[in-house]
Amino acid sequence: MATLADRVLGRTPLRRHLTLALLGLVVVVVVLESTGQFRNAQFAAMAYYGIAAGGLTILIGLNGQISLGHGAFMAIGAYTAALLLRGDEPFALPLVLLAAAGVALAAGALVGVAAARLHGPYLAGATLALAVAVPGIPVYFGEALGGEQGLTVRVPRIPDWFADAVFFVTGQDMSSSRYLAYVGWLCLIVTFVLLANLARSRVGRTWRAVRDHEVAAELAGIDLGRARVLAFVVSATCAGLAGGLLALSARIAAPSGFTLTLSLLLLSAIVLGGLGSLTGALIGAALLTFLPQLVTGWGQDLGLSDVRAAELAPLIYGLVTVLVVLFAPAGIAGGVLAARRRRAAHHGSPSARTDSEARP
Amino acid sequence: MQQLITTVLTGLTLGMVYAAFALALVLIWRATRIVNFAQAPMAMITTYLALVLIDAGLSYWVGFAVALVSGLLLGALVERLVVRHLTGSSEINAVILTLGLFIVIHALAALVFGSRYRSFPAPFGLRGFQVGDTTIALTGFGVFTIVSVMVVMGLLVLLFRGTDLGLKMRAAAFDQEISRLLGVRVGRMLTLGWALAALVGSLSGLLIAGGGLVHPSYMDGVVVYGFVAAVLGGLESPPGAVAGGLILGLALSLVSGYVGSELVPLACLVILMAVLLVRPGGLFSHVRARRV
Repeated sequence: MATLADRVLGRTPLRRHLTLALLGLVVVVVVLESTGQFRNAQFAAMAYYGIAAGGLTILIGLNGQISLGHGAFMAIGAYTAALLLRGDEPFALPLVLLAAAGVALAAGALVGVAAARLHGPYLAGATLALAVAVPGIPVYFGEALGGEQGLTVRVPRIPDWFADAVFFVTGQDMSSSRYLAYVGWLCLIVTFVLLANLARSRVGRTWRAVRDHEVAAELAGIDLGRARVLAFVVSATCAGLAGGLLALSARIAAPSGFTLTLSLLLLSAIVLGGLGSLTGALIGAALLTFLPQLVTGWGQDLGLSDVRAAELAPLIYGLVTVLVVLFAPAGIAGGVLAARRRRAAHHGSPSARTDSEARP
Repeated sequence: MQQLITTVLTGLTLGMVYAAFALALVLIWRATRIVNFAQAPMAMITTYLALVLIDAGLSYWVGFAVALVSGLLLGALVERLVVRHLTGSSEINAVILTLGLFIVIHALAALVFGSRYRSFPAPFGLRGFQVGDTTIALTGFGVFTIVSVMVVMGLLVLLFRGTDLGLKMRAAAFDQEISRLLGVRVGRMLTLGWALAALVGSLSGLLIAGGGLVHPSYMDGVVVYGFVAAVLGGLESPPGAVAGGLILGLALSLVSGYVGSELVPLACLVILMAVLLVRPGGLFSHVRARRV
């Protein structure tokens, strides 16, 4: 029996994901065109947080490996992008972003091979050390990588065809921050479609099997090490792409942008959204982007100094993370899903889904 | 030669602090199977308490004692109010919980005490001793660091090996159900374990701060090194934690002295990876590496 959702979105997962991606694209165009420069920059930030969180939620939620070091892969992507955009003849933007993802992929493979042998706290420790170690490298190689100050990033010129196409659709001129927001959201949509398909495919089932029961998975013929390394590589690649986008948006790649706090905030974002769900990753990214400003505003209203008010946002993330882990381990997306499932079960409808849906 | 001696002595002093911190992590891990990443900000808070008292004109030792006692209380509180309610016992949830606490305490400290750097006094001299006409890198405070960590470790060994209470705590950590059947109040033992661990943690916080600067993230490096030290030792064994701390302190001090202090975290990662690739359970692990 086809439900309404099936009829509108298509029955196969691929068609459903593509339809959702298209819908998402429309929403992105409408939202970006109807908001100003400041909001555009915020949406660009939400896009790169979303990509990194999406990769991390696949690793932790689907494959059961924890990583406290995804900030390090973002740093690798950011520095790759910054280096490639430095020359007099900068590379084309798609190439730069692919390279950022590619270098992070290589680094992820290296770390992933080591990580596949570790579990639980040991893996947490190794990735924690990674998060702290990587920002020290550009400081040591100050000549090539800019030291503490970092590398400034030149934003490439907006391609004429892109500006023309957007002008044709919306009738508005393209600003640089709007362009970056478009680039970010295009990357996010492509990444999420790929991740969603991967999660629903044989590979995703393999990851879940490894997470849920190692012995059973191995008896079923799954190579545990390979499944783990693959999951790690996929998620590191996402972080690298996100790092490249971050360097573009922030116009700088500097060690201070990739502290341990970044890795921890990413983790708390996906826990808040709901582990293993791409929707959750997007919710988490939205919280990460929009909450600080909101909460800092409240703090200032309460009479706190700016510096102290800025600490309210992490305080709330932390508190909510603790509460979510204690009382609602499924996160926001999981809570909504569970409520929907309960309602469906109540009405006896067959549309109750058994596995968490991943949609861009 | 003199530089080598200096580096080794600095490394040993630093290693003792890492060892204390690692020991605190091991205590909690053995009892509750939780790695307490919030250990560092907990120690940071208690150090701030000491600083507030010392700045108010009280003696260093009053601040020192208050910090240790408040560490004890804070550990018990965190166990009772937060950790006790963790259900489902998934490894990942436990890690995320303590990381959440990490963020909370960190932000609270920045809110309450502000995030500027403040200097923390040391009770003993910070100048190296004179041997003949050369100055060696061992300072009065360094000796105090080494001695106080050794004393705490000795007391812990006495507690766990020599008293009824220690036996009960070991039993509760070993098998909760059987200990409960034998009449051990497991809940109390776990609270006590967290309290003791937090006390050792706040000692390491005071020792790191002594003669240096304090700000809300001054312990962030120590959580990484202390944790790596504990993992090197195998997370299970207190002597392993001490050995891991000393090895790491020495190695990192050598890297810092001869290569560059920026690469210290990277060296720490390399050491950890090298050890874990050879022995996935750490140097002192008794349990066979997990094999499926």
